[in-house]
Amino acid sequence: MMRFMSWTAFLLGSLIFILPLLGMTEFSLSMRRGVYSLDAYMSVLSDPVFRATFSYSVMMALFTIVFGVLLVVPTAYWVRLKMPELRPVIEFITLLPLVIPAIVIVFGYIRLYNTSSWLPLTGSTMGTNILLMFGYSALALPYMYRAVDTGLRTIDIATLTEAAQSMGAGWVQIFARVILPNVLVAVLSGAFLTFAVVIGEFTMAALLNRPAFGPYLQLVGANKAYEPAALAVIAFAITWACMGLIQLVTRLSKHTRAQR
Amino acid sequence: MAFLKIAHLEKSFGTTRVVKDFDLEIERGEFVSLLGPSGCGKTTVLRMVAGFETPSSGAIIVDGKDIVGLRPNQRNIGMVFQAYALFPNLTVAENVAFGLKIKGTPAEQRDARVKEMLAMIGLPDLGGRYPFQLSGGQQQRVALARALAVQPQVLLLDEPLSALDAKIRVSLRTQIRDIQRELGITTIFVTHDQEEALSISDRIVVMNGGVAEQVGAPFEIYNRPATRFVAQFVGTLNLIEADVTLPETGTVRIGTTEISLGRPLKPGRVTLACRPEAVSLGLADGRPLVLHAEIGEVHFLGAVIRVQARAGRTTLSLDTFNRPDTPPPAAGDKVQVSISPADLLVLEA
Amino acid sequence: MADLSSVRRMLTPRWLGVAPFFLFALMFLILPALSIVFGAFRAPGGGFTLDNVAGLNTPTIRGAYWVSIRLSFWSALLGCAIGFAMAAAIVLGGLPRGIRSPMLTFSGVASNFAGLPLAFAFIATIGPAGLITVWLRTEFGINLRAATGFNLFSTTGLIITYLFFQVPLMILIITPALDGLKREWREAASMLGATGWQYWRMVALPILLPSLLGTFALLFANSFGAVATAFALAGPQLNIAPILLFSQIRGDVLGNPGLGYALAFGMIVITGGANAAYLILRARAERWQK
Repeated sequence: MMRFMSWTAFLLGSLIFILPLLGMTEFSLSMRRGVYSLDAYMSVLSDPVFRATFSYSVMMALFTIVFGVLLVVPTAYWVRLKMPELRPVIEFITLLPLVIPAIVIVFGYIRLYNTSSWLPLTGSTMGTNILLMFGYSALALPYMYRAVDTGLRTIDIATLTEAAQSMGAGWVQIFARVILPNVLVAVLSGAFLTFAVVIGEFTMAALLNRPAFGPYLQLVGANKAYEPAALAVIAFAITWACMGLIQLVTRLSKHTRAQR
Repeated sequence: MAFLKIAHLEKSFGTTRVVKDFDLEIERGEFVSLLGPSGCGKTTVLRMVAGFETPSSGAIIVDGKDIVGLRPNQRNIGMVFQAYALFPNLTVAENVAFGLKIKGTPAEQRDARVKEMLAMIGLPDLGGRYPFQLSGGQQQRVALARALAVQPQVLLLDEPLSALDAKIRVSLRTQIRDIQRELGITTIFVTHDQEEALSISDRIVVMNGGVAEQVGAPFEIYNRPATRFVAQFVGTLNLIEADVTLPETGTVRIGTTEISLGRPLKPGRVTLACRPEAVSLGLADGRPLVLHAEIGEVHFLGAVIRVQARAGRTTLSLDTFNRPDTPPPAAGDKVQVSISPADLLVLEA
Repeated sequence: MADLSSVRRMLTPRWLGVAPFFLFALMFLILPALSIVFGAFRAPGGGFTLDNVAGLNTPTIRGAYWVSIRLSFWSALLGCAIGFAMAAAIVLGGLPRGIRSPMLTFSGVASNFAGLPLAFAFIATIGPAGLITVWLRTEFGINLRAATGFNLFSTTGLIITYLFFQVPLMILIITPALDGLKREWREAASMLGATGWQYWRMVALPILLPSLLGTFALLFANSFGAVATAFALAGPQLNIAPILLFSQIRGDVLGNPGLGYALAFGMIVITGGANAAYLILRARAERWQK
């Protein structure tokens, strides 16, 4: 009885996921009348705007990851080591992006950093790119911080730090040679999550008028029939790859740790 | 007719038989321990009595009624778990009142009963606390009060002491036994700790490999183990290899000494066993088996001194009492040790 | 030299290590949010005013908030309920152990599959020419829209679409909480005479309540601020708060910049309020925790 109800709940619930995935896949293959074909994918992949916006978003994701790692790892490390009393404050701040909608945050940016403000970031292309990267970093902050903080919890950073100090290492060396390698898996997890969040982001990029993948998706969605489904399949594959890579690095690291 | 009767109980998980043809009769108010190593089936028996596992076959009869078909919440049996299992979201008083609330006992009676139970376990003032604010020993006492509050027919204790510190373990087991005697509740206690079982029980069931190897009072289990397993699992045991020289009179040769055990033996080699306290240092009347030995390690345990003595190929553990005016034997001393044949157990191979 | 560096180390304040983080948080999280709050109460010529906030009280804007709240409430509630049922089935319901790990991985993927591609997937499935719509029409002659009044480009459609990321998010958060329910609690309860339902009502649900409330608040905020999916499904004319704000920022459709701030401020108030309510409820539900 119990098992029957469990199966029912599980299978019915799974329909919410399975049907849309089936639907988009089927639709993406149906561009040519009567037969399945990859025409929609061809059409998407041969579009120069696709390539331009996609590589723009990949670059933004990479910069966001680098910035996020440099911002979060030292902070999480320092708070755990020296200022544990700050943890509640930091955790609160890192959860803010889940509470304040992205559209509100970017609205604030436009108001604070417009051409007539004290820091006119939106006045130049480079400035806007940087602002967008900061925005993405803010969006990814909850994921990045949680991943890194969890990673730090599993290692004894106080002992590692003292050991490194007793051998004469400075802070930069401790960070780069001792802490970072030990939380590499956590950092990579955070990085892939960040990538998944940034790659298709729409609101911020659209409102800051940057030629990112998200606004491109919107444009295609408004004007084409089969290409959006193909893009959805591609986006799903990217998300899946990011999560798969997180699993992979976690598993690999467990493997090497067991051998040690 | 026994109050609780377990007959031909069997349990298999897949192809593994965990409990094999298990029989046990428990009188009303009796305290019975199931003792055995982990995986011996003792917990499975207990969980079948509780109703968490369904027997593959057999009967469990409480007060004349077979309860095998009943769900756990219909059995009126109390249980205390190893890991406390207090509900963390309820206070101590609410935990104790839980079963009464389910029964629909009126609030006033409930409160009175909770007060009574908390007084019984010696924690009258902690009713308002939450479980996380209590020590392990306190939590386990509350768990006992919770189980007893509904006046169950049978109390099951599943290794209730094994998560606690050694000192608390001893004091709590005494308290459990006192409460059990006072209420006269029929109790089954599962443990892997032989000292615990010996000290607390009316009777002990020693289990191994899903089978009850021996059922008896602690004195009997310790002094007259029925099987080799019981002898080795309960207490420390010296094993002495011997050759049977005259099977009909039970005469055996140990090293160069020959001695009669006064009962017939099968010809060939036998293994003899005796407790450390049955071996004496020096010669004594009525202990004709004398071995020449050399003292090995000496463990000073306080009131008792445990000495290892090597006699030929066998090493014997022996216990002597500490006497403040006599220094303990030293390693390397040449001594004689003596044993009474009546204290030697013959272990079947 | 050694002395000098140790003196310098003593003089370097500890907070220098967290300064970059706080600077970032201030400039790109806190100040932007505060600037919205100030903007909402600033008159065009400077000075304090309540006009902007009062200006929200029009049928259009009230309606937009109301639809948004209903949409977020139902998608969060259904997301919690379905996610909980699935997680409970996996953790407690006796399903094969092999299902668990793939399900959690998949939930990680699905909870991050939002925005425009999600909208595309649902259009391809239950949109006017979607897989299921066409299948129902050709195989059974059922016109989904005419028969049930269902329209993907409506609030109901949005709720169903949002479930695609709400449900897995719930599964991800609640599974560890369900793992934390000890088997002994259930067994102890049944030994004391409790039925399965009594155990859930008196023990398991109170223990899970903080996690449930927290996830609900998170799911609520999650769908309340979502722009992209709604935008792709229903376009800019759908009257929900985030889309209204989006159009306002893009083209100033409300004709009054102060009103835009008030609109955004209202969104902060609602998501912030949901989370504040969660924190208060959690504090009450967690009396029994360390």
